[in-house]
Amino acid sequence: MSKLVVEQVSRIFPGVAGGEPTRALEPTDLLVGDADFVTILGPSGCGKSTLLRIVGGLETPTTGRVLLDGRPVTGPGAERGMVFQSYTLFPWLTVADNIAFGLVEKGMPANERRSIVEEWIGQVGLKGFAHHYPKMLSGGMQQRTAIARALANEPKILLLDEPFGALDNQTRALMQELLLSVWEIHKKTVLFVTHDIEEAIFMGNRVAVMTARPGRIKSVTPVDLPHPRHYTMKTSPEFSALKAHLVEEIRAESIKVAEQVA
Amino acid sequence: MRPLVPIPGPRRVLLGISFFVLFFAAWAAATFSGLVSPTFLADPVTMLMDGFTLITRFGFLGDIGITIWRVLGGFILAAIVAVPLGIAMGAYKPVEAFFEPFVSFARYLPASAFVPLLILWAGVGEVQKLLVIFIGSVFQIILMIAVTVGATRRDLVEAAVTLGAKPSGVVRRVLIPAAAPGIAEILRLVLGWAWTYVIVAELIGSSSGIGHMIIESQTLMATGQMIFGIIVIGMIGLVSDFLFKAINRVMFPWSLA
Repeated sequence: MSKLVVEQVSRIFPGVAGGEPTRALEPTDLLVGDADFVTILGPSGCGKSTLLRIVGGLETPTTGRVLLDGRPVTGPGAERGMVFQSYTLFPWLTVADNIAFGLVEKGMPANERRSIVEEWIGQVGLKGFAHHYPKMLSGGMQQRTAIARALANEPKILLLDEPFGALDNQTRALMQELLLSVWEIHKKTVLFVTHDIEEAIFMGNRVAVMTARPGRIKSVTPVDLPHPRHYTMKTSPEFSALKAHLVEEIRAESIKVAEQVA
Repeated sequence: MRPLVPIPGPRRVLLGISFFVLFFAAWAAATFSGLVSPTFLADPVTMLMDGFTLITRFGFLGDIGITIWRVLGGFILAAIVAVPLGIAMGAYKPVEAFFEPFVSFARYLPASAFVPLLILWAGVGEVQKLLVIFIGSVFQIILMIAVTVGATRRDLVEAAVTLGAKPSGVVRRVLIPAAAPGIAEILRLVLGWAWTYVIVAELIGSSSGIGHMIIESQTLMATGQMIFGIIVIGMIGLVSDFLFKAINRVMFPWSLA
């Protein structure tokens, strides 16, 4: 049985001031297995974030349902950790206290929390920054903390909504490798939304491509690249072939978007 | 000068002080030259000497003390009621829907207009003075805090719920800490307004306090004393503002950094 089941999930936003309702997401199916890393790739406005937010329980689907380990998702919860594109560290908490946020909510005693926090600070390469406030950190460091904060909570699935979208290219590449190395150790189930084709291939075991607005998943492409993955892989022939294939898939959708606007 | 370009600290302090100097110089020029009659406006030196007399011979420090006590007393009472209510209104929409229309209405009731009524209800004692400050501050604080708490970044709330925060946890661990610097800033602002209410309360039916001294001085045409009283209020306001800001810096280092 799949770990995560997305079954005929759609989302229609009610019209504003008597306007037409917006169809953000067409009925969509997706199956994600345990320890799978699925990237969701789509043109802007295709509803990929909406889909992720529905899985996260932050939005309610208009139709369909989401099951995690066979149990329906009815709202947000600690079992589905999320990392957002915007910087969402709590600015009044230090790096260590941010990472401990979910653990405190669970009522974990302070000494247990401390060792988990220390472990995660090490894994995301933030040694020496435990007592810094988010304002003192660069964007990349903030997102590392956000990933550690989500994972320290031991969610069943990790949801990432364009987590590196606001970072510069170099930082972004480093963060991709960091997240992959963490995944290679912990083998979490991951759903990763992006509009960057290279990122989708490099990160994922499978790439789900979405159609233009109103979106739905139109194809799932397996990525048979071995782990551990190294950045040099991005220039390999296998990688290029996958990229060429996905460029075609996504290009057709981007053209549709452009025509809709015109 | 270019827009929004900061200036070094020492120069900023110098510029700030120089306006005070200019202000006093203009005042001195207008009074010493005889341009303005001393009946209407005392010169700065007379003002200072009057102030010295007030303090040494008429126990004006006691008046200052009683006025500070009234402001703080009324203001703290207002804060005790308003801060929790404002947070509850900002966090919970039904609570807001219940209180907001009335508080918005009450906010426009001028505290000074309540003075005659309050004298009728509470006499001319301390309770009446505290109530004037209370009425003048409480509704302002409630509304401003409700807005601040309600405007908490939604993505922080979403991050908290995906980390397993329950509704009470969201209020306690996200809404309140996120709004805390804003709340401190609101209290600082409203404390400034409370000073205007206390003087109004002391102008009518009072036998002590800075406002009482000012109204007494009016019957004696002692403009030097009146101005001294007004300047004392300004000084206390400046000091309390400075203290508030210093406390905020210590309490919320994360919001500045």
